[in-house]
Amino acid sequence: MKNSFIKTIEENGIGALSLIAAIIIWQFTADVIIQDKFTLPSFYHVIIAFFAIVKSGLVFTDILISLLHFSIGIIAALAIGIPLGINMGWFKQIDRAIDPIIEILRPIPPLAWIPFALVWFGLTHQAGGFIVFVGMVFPIIINTYTGIKNVPKIYVEAAKVLGCTRNIDLIRFIAIPSAMPSIVAGIRIAMGVGWMCIVAAEMLGVSTEGLGYSLWHYYSLHKMDFVLVYMLLLGFVGLLIDRFFRHYVDAKLLRWTSGTVV
Amino acid sequence: MGRVSVKNVSRTFTKKEENSGTEALHDVSFDVEDGEFICLLGPSGCGKTTLLRITAGLETQTSGEITLNGVPITGPDPKRGMVFQQYSLFPWRTVIDNITFGLEMQGISKAEARKHVDKYIDLVGLEQFKNSYPYELSGGMQQRAAIARALSNEPEVLLMDEPFGALDAQTRNILQDELLKIWEQKHVTFLFVTHSVDEAVFLSDRIVMMTSRPGRVKEIVKVELPRPRCRTSPEVNRLRDRVLKLLEEERFHR
Repeated sequence: MKNSFIKTIEENGIGALSLIAAIIIWQFTADVIIQDKFTLPSFYHVIIAFFAIVKSGLVFTDILISLLHFSIGIIAALAIGIPLGINMGWFKQIDRAIDPIIEILRPIPPLAWIPFALVWFGLTHQAGGFIVFVGMVFPIIINTYTGIKNVPKIYVEAAKVLGCTRNIDLIRFIAIPSAMPSIVAGIRIAMGVGWMCIVAAEMLGVSTEGLGYSLWHYYSLHKMDFVLVYMLLLGFVGLLIDRFFRHYVDAKLLRWTSGTVV
Repeated sequence: MGRVSVKNVSRTFTKKEENSGTEALHDVSFDVEDGEFICLLGPSGCGKTTLLRITAGLETQTSGEITLNGVPITGPDPKRGMVFQQYSLFPWRTVIDNITFGLEMQGISKAEARKHVDKYIDLVGLEQFKNSYPYELSGGMQQRAAIARALSNEPEVLLMDEPFGALDAQTRNILQDELLKIWEQKHVTFLFVTHSVDEAVFLSDRIVMMTSRPGRVKEIVKVELPRPRCRTSPEVNRLRDRVLKLLEEERFHR
C-alpha cells in the first residue's frame, strides 16, 4: 500500500516537477527578461485572462461551438468514411472505381475548401463542420481500407467452413472486428487533424464564434494574454477528446488486443 | 453419416503471367467409409493440403469430383468442419464465443448457442478458459478450442490440416490421444493431413500415401492394429518402417 503510494508519487512526481519548473522559467522570462506583455504574457497574466473569460462565460460558448463544429464533422466523416473504406477494402471493383477520385481529392488541404464551404453552407455551423469533415474523412477511409484489406485469410476461411459465407456476414463478423485496431487508429489520427482544421477554419472566417475565432479576435485587439489562454485551451480540449476516446476504445472495442495496439 | 468419395481429382495451378502451370494433384481417387479415420501422408508439396482444401470447398479442382454422401462438393459447408494448421481462432472473440460462432451463423441466438456448446468445451477440457481471449491461451489450448469450434456444428466430416504441426512433441501426443477419444465418442469421419509418419500410424484406420508432385495415390496402407495403440510396440515399428520406406522412395523420385 505504502509502496504503491510512493511509487505513484515517484512516477507522477517527475512529470509534475518538470511542469512546475517550466512554468517558473516562463514566468521568470516574461517578467524579468522580456518585460513586455505583448511579446510574451506571463503565466500570471494568462491566469488572470483565463478567469476573465470564465467569468464572462464566453469561454464556455466558445468551447461548445467548437465542439459542435467538431461533432458535425466527425459524425459525417465516420458515416461516410467507414462504409466507404469497408467497401473499398472488401470489393475490388469498388476500390478500382473510387480510388482515383480519392487520390485526386486527398492531397487538397482541407483549408482550401473554405471558400466553397462558405458558398455552399454560408456562415453556419455546417460550414465549420464541413471543413472538419474534409480533414477527417481521408485518414478514416484509408485506415479502414487498409484494415479490411489486411484481414488474415485464415479467419475468412475459418468463417467460411463454419457456415459464414455471405459477403455481408463475412464483413460484419470477420472483417470489421479484425480491422478494428486499424479503424480506431485512423479515427484517432483523424481527430487530431479535425481539431486543427476547426481552429484554422474558424480563424479564416468560417464562423463568428468558437475557440479559433476568439483567438483571432483577441489577436486583432492585441490582447496576447487572451490569445495564449485560447491556445492552451485548444491544447487541453484536444487532449481531453483524445484521452476520452482512447479510454473508451481500450475498454470496449479492443480488449482482445490486451491494449497493445492503439 | 459421412462417406467421402474422391474421383479422378486433378488440380493445376496456373500463373497469370506464364502459360505453364504447376500440377499439384493428378487423377487422385479413393473412398472414405463413414466414421473412418484417414490420414493423408506424403512428401511436402505433394498436394495433400490442396486435396483437403478442395474437400472443404475452399479450393476448386481442375477436373474430377469429390462427393460427400453422393452429393458433389461445390463450396464450404458446415457439414464439413475444418481445423487449420495455423491458429485460426478469432482473436476478438472469447473461447466460448469462438465455439458458438457456427451456431450463431445458423441463426441460433448467442444465449441458446452458449448452452449448446458446453459439452464441447468439456470434451476438450477448456471449462476454465471459456471466457479467455485466444491470446491468453497456449498453442495446444488454442487448437483444442479450434477442434471444439469445428465439432459444435456437428459436422459429418472433420478435415484436419496438420492441426498439431506447430505444437511441441509432448502436447502433440496428448492431443492425439484426446482426438481419438473424441472420434470414438462422436462418430465423425476424419480426414487428417500430416507429414508425420508416427502420427499417421498412431491415429488412422488407413493411410493414403501420396507421391511427390504431382500428387497421386501411391498406396493405401491399412493400419490393422488394435486401439489403444502403443507408440513403440514392434508391430507399430514395423509399420512405421514400411511407411518410411515408401516415403523414401518418393524422395529419390524427385
